[in-house]
Amino acid sequence: MLDWPILSTVTFLPLIGVLLILLTSGKEESAARNARWVALWTTLFTFVISLFIWINFDADTAAFQFVEKGSWLGNNINYHMGVDGISMLFIILTTFLMPLCILASWEAITVRVREYMIAFLIMETLMIGVFCALDMVLFYLFFEAGLIPMFLIIGVWGGAQRVYASFKFFLYTLIGSVLMLVAMITMYFIAGTTDIPTLIDFSFDPHLQLWLWLAFFASFAVKVPMWPVHTWLPDAHVQAPTAGSVILAGVLLKMGGYGFLRFSIPMFPEGSEYFAPLVFALSVVAIIYTSLVALVQKDMKKLIAYSSVAHMGFITIGIFTFTQQGLEGGILQMISHGIVSGALFLCVGVVYDRLHTREIARYGGLVNRMPKYALIFLIFTMATIGLPGTSGFVGEFLILVGAYQVNTTVAFIATIGVILGAAYSLWLYRRVVFGELVKEDLKNIMDVGRREILIFAPLIIVAFWIGIYPEPFLDVMHASVTNLMDQHETAIEASKTILNAAK
Amino acid sequence: MVLPDFSIALPEIFLACVAMALLMVGAFRGNKSTSLISWLSVLAFIFAGFLVQFEGHATVTTFGGLYRDDNFAVFMKTLCLGASAFAIIMSIDFNKREKLVRFEFPILIVIATLGMMVMISANDLMTMYLGIELMSLSLYVTAAFKRDSVRSTEAGLKYFVLGALSSGMLLYGVSLIYGFSGTTNFDVLRDTFMSGEAEAGVGLLIGLVFLIAGLAFKVSAVPFHMWAPDVYEGVPTPVTAFFAAAPKVAAIALFLRVFVTPFGDLVDQWQQIIVFVSIASMILGAFAAINQKNIKRLMAYSSIGHIGYALVGLAAGTEEGVRGVLIYMAIYVVMNIGTFACILSMRQRDGMVEDISELAGLSKTRPWMAFFLLLFMFSLAGIPPLAGFFGKFYIFVAAVNAGLVPLAVVGLVTSVVGAYYYLRIVKIMYFDDAAEGFEPVSRTQTIIMTASGLFVAFFVIFPAPLLEGAEAAAAVLFP
Repeated sequence: MLDWPILSTVTFLPLIGVLLILLTSGKEESAARNARWVALWTTLFTFVISLFIWINFDADTAAFQFVEKGSWLGNNINYHMGVDGISMLFIILTTFLMPLCILASWEAITVRVREYMIAFLIMETLMIGVFCALDMVLFYLFFEAGLIPMFLIIGVWGGAQRVYASFKFFLYTLIGSVLMLVAMITMYFIAGTTDIPTLIDFSFDPHLQLWLWLAFFASFAVKVPMWPVHTWLPDAHVQAPTAGSVILAGVLLKMGGYGFLRFSIPMFPEGSEYFAPLVFALSVVAIIYTSLVALVQKDMKKLIAYSSVAHMGFITIGIFTFTQQGLEGGILQMISHGIVSGALFLCVGVVYDRLHTREIARYGGLVNRMPKYALIFLIFTMATIGLPGTSGFVGEFLILVGAYQVNTTVAFIATIGVILGAAYSLWLYRRVVFGELVKEDLKNIMDVGRREILIFAPLIIVAFWIGIYPEPFLDVMHASVTNLMDQHETAIEASKTILNAAK
Repeated sequence: MVLPDFSIALPEIFLACVAMALLMVGAFRGNKSTSLISWLSVLAFIFAGFLVQFEGHATVTTFGGLYRDDNFAVFMKTLCLGASAFAIIMSIDFNKREKLVRFEFPILIVIATLGMMVMISANDLMTMYLGIELMSLSLYVTAAFKRDSVRSTEAGLKYFVLGALSSGMLLYGVSLIYGFSGTTNFDVLRDTFMSGEAEAGVGLLIGLVFLIAGLAFKVSAVPFHMWAPDVYEGVPTPVTAFFAAAPKVAAIALFLRVFVTPFGDLVDQWQQIIVFVSIASMILGAFAAINQKNIKRLMAYSSIGHIGYALVGLAAGTEEGVRGVLIYMAIYVVMNIGTFACILSMRQRDGMVEDISELAGLSKTRPWMAFFLLLFMFSLAGIPPLAGFFGKFYIFVAAVNAGLVPLAVVGLVTSVVGAYYYLRIVKIMYFDDAAEGFEPVSRTQTIIMTASGLFVAFFVIFPAPLLEGAEAAAAVLFP
C-alpha cells in the first residue's frame, strides 16, 4: 500500500498538462508543437504513475484499495475514491491508450491543436475518475462531464456530418443518464448515502430494485451500447477523428459495462436476476443483427463500429451469466476489445491520413505497397475474430463457457455471432489489403512510418500478452469477481427464502 | 409613544436615502454625472450588503409585525444586491456607447432593489404589496427607458399593462384572503391554520389562486409568461440583464416566504397548482426556445424554464426544497450575469447584434469569450461538473424526497430537450465557420465574465459556503 493519494494523482495529473498547455503561448506553429509534446509527456507520465497502482495492488482481497476520503458536499456525499479488481484494469487501459491517441493525432490534427490536446487531457481525467469514484454523485459527475469534451472533439475535429453525430451522441447519452440520476437520488433518499461500498451492502426493496435497475440500464445500455439504442455509435465513430474513435471504442463504451458491474449487479441483485433474460435477448439480437449490418457496410469505420456493438453484446452476456467465467471473461474481453478495436480504428486512421477516404471500395491490394501495414492489420483482424493466441480468444471463450452453464440457446446463437464476426472481418481485410493494386492513387501510397510503428508496437504486444498469458490480468480480478458472485448468490438465496416463507 | 425598531430596516432606509441623494446629484449636474452616479450606486449596494450581513442573523420583526429580518432575508437580499450591482456595472459602458446615458437609470435600479428588499423582508401581505409595487413601477420605467426606440417603448407599455393586471389580481387575492381569514399578517395566518382554527374554505383558496397568479406573473412562470419574450427582446440589453436576475430572485423569495410561512399548512391545497405551473414552465421553456434566433428571446425562454425548475423545489414544500431553490437561484443569477456579459459584448463595427448566428466561429475570433459562453451554456443545461448541475441536483433531491418522482422525471427529461438549444449555441460558436468578428470585449465585461466563469467552473471544488448559507437560510422558514 502506498501512503500518498495515488488515485487522485493519476486522475488529476492530466489537468496539470492542461495548465501547462494554457501557459505556453507563441505563434500558431510553435504553440501547436509545444501542445503536442506537453500532452504526450503528460499522458506518458500518467501511464507510468498508474502502473504503480497495479504493482501495489493486492490481488488477495476483494476490498477497495488505495481508498481516499474527504468531505465534499456534506450530508453523506463525500469525495471517495478507491479501486478493486474490477475497476483497476480499466484505469490502466485508459492511461495506456491515451499516449497512443496523442501520437495518432500528431500529424492528423493540424487546426486548433492546443484546444484538441486540452480536450483530450480533460477527457483522460474524467475517464479515470469514472473508474476511481466510490461515490455515486462523484461517479455521475465524471460520467456526465465526459460528454462535454467528447462533444467538442467530434464536433470540431470531426468529418462532414460531425454536427449531427455530435448532437446525437450528446443527447442520447444525456437522456439515459438523467434517468440514472433520478434512480441515484431515489437511492440517496432511501439509504441516506451515496457511498458506493455502503450501497452495495444495502439491500433495496426487491420491487423497487426493478425500477432502479431499469433506470440505470437506460444509461448503461446507451453507453455500451446495446441494441436498439446503439444507433449513435456508428455515427459518432465515423465522424470522430481517429483518436476520438479510439477513446470512444476503447474506454467510453467500457463505462457502460463497468456500470453494470459496479451498480446494477451488486446493488440490485434481484433486479439483475429478473432482467437477465432481457439483457440476453438484446445482446443476442445485437450480435446477430449488427454483425449482419456490418457485412454490408461500405465505410471501414462504420463496419468496425458495428462490430463493436456485436462484441459488446458478448460482454453483456458474459456479465449477466453471474458465473466466474462469464464475469471474468466479460471484464477481460472489455480490456481486449479496448485494445483491439482501438487498434483497428488506428489502422483505418493510417490509410485515412493518406487517402482521406474511408470507403472500402477505394482501397484494395494494399499489401503490395504496404507490407508492414498489412501485417499489423492482419494481427488485429485475427484478434478481433478471436483467434487462439490473441487477446480476443480468451475473453470470448470464457464468456461462451459461462453462457453454456446458464443458457445453451444464448450460447449457441452467440457462437454463430463468432462465425459472422470472422466473416465480416476477413472480408474487410480481403477487400482492403489483398487483390491487385489497380487504383491509381494507391500506387504511391507509403507504408507505415516510424511514429505509426511506435503506436502499434505496444498494442500488438498487449494483444498477444493477453492471448498467450492472461494470468496477470485474470489474477487481479479473481477475488473481486468471486466476491461479487457470492454477494449476488446470497442476495438471491435470501430473497427466495423470504418468498418461500411468505407462501 | 414607543418608536418601532428602525435598525432592522437599516439597509433599506440607507438605500432610500442614497436614492434621494443621487437623484439630487443627477438633477443638478445632469447626464454628465451618470457614471459617477452609477459607481456611487454600486458602492451603495456594497455598503448595504455589509449592513445586511452585520444586521445580525436572529429572526426579528418590527413595525408592528409588518417587517421581518432573518437568515433567509439575509441570503436573498445579498443575492439581489449583488445582481443589481452587476447589472449597473454592465450597463455603464454599454449605455455610453449606445448613447443612452441617463442618470435616472442607476437610480431606478436602486429604487427597484429597495422594493425587492422590502418584498424579501415582508411579513404581511400589505408590506408584500408595497414592495412589489415599488419594484414593478421602477421596472416599467427602466423597460421604456430607451424612449425614442419603438421596440423599447412597446415593451415598456406591454410590461406595464400586463404588470398592472397582475398586480390587480394579486391585490384581489390579498383582499379575499383577508376577508376569509381576518388578517394579513403572516405569523397570525400561520398560527390560524396551524391550530386548525380556520378551515381553508373555498373563498380563501380562490384568494390563494389569485395570489399565485400574481406572483407567477412576476417570475414569468407559465401560463403567465407571455410578456417575458417580448419584453426581454425589446428592452435595451442591460435592462434585460437586470430583469433576468434580481427581480426574479426577489419574486421567488416572496413565493417561498408566502407559501411556506403563512400557508405552509395548506401545502396539500397549493402543491398541485405549483406542480402544474412548474411542469408547464419547464416544458414551454425547453420547447419554445428551440427555434429562437434572437439570443435575448432565447434567454427569456431559458429563464422561463429555469423558474420552472426552481418551482420544483417549492412544490416539494420541505426545508430541503427551499434550500434547493436558494442554491438554484444563487447559481442561476451567476450564470445569467455571465451570459449577459457575453451578450453585451456582441458588438460589431456597426453596432450591437442579437442574432445567434452572429456568434458563428466565435471560438476562433474571440476564444476566451467563446469559452466562457460555452461554460455558461453547459452550466445552464445542467451538465456536471459545472455549477448548474448542482442547482438541479438539489432541487431534484428535494422533489424525490417529497415523493414527487414523476415531477423529477419530467424535469430531467425537459432538461435534455433544453440541452439541445444550449448545445446549438456551442455548435454555432465552435463548429461553424467564422462570421464577422466582434469588437474587443470591454474590460468590465471581461472581468464579470471571468468571475462568473470561474464560479461556474470551480463551484464543484468549493461548494460548502453556498450550501451552508442556503441551509441556514432555509432553516428559518421552518421553525
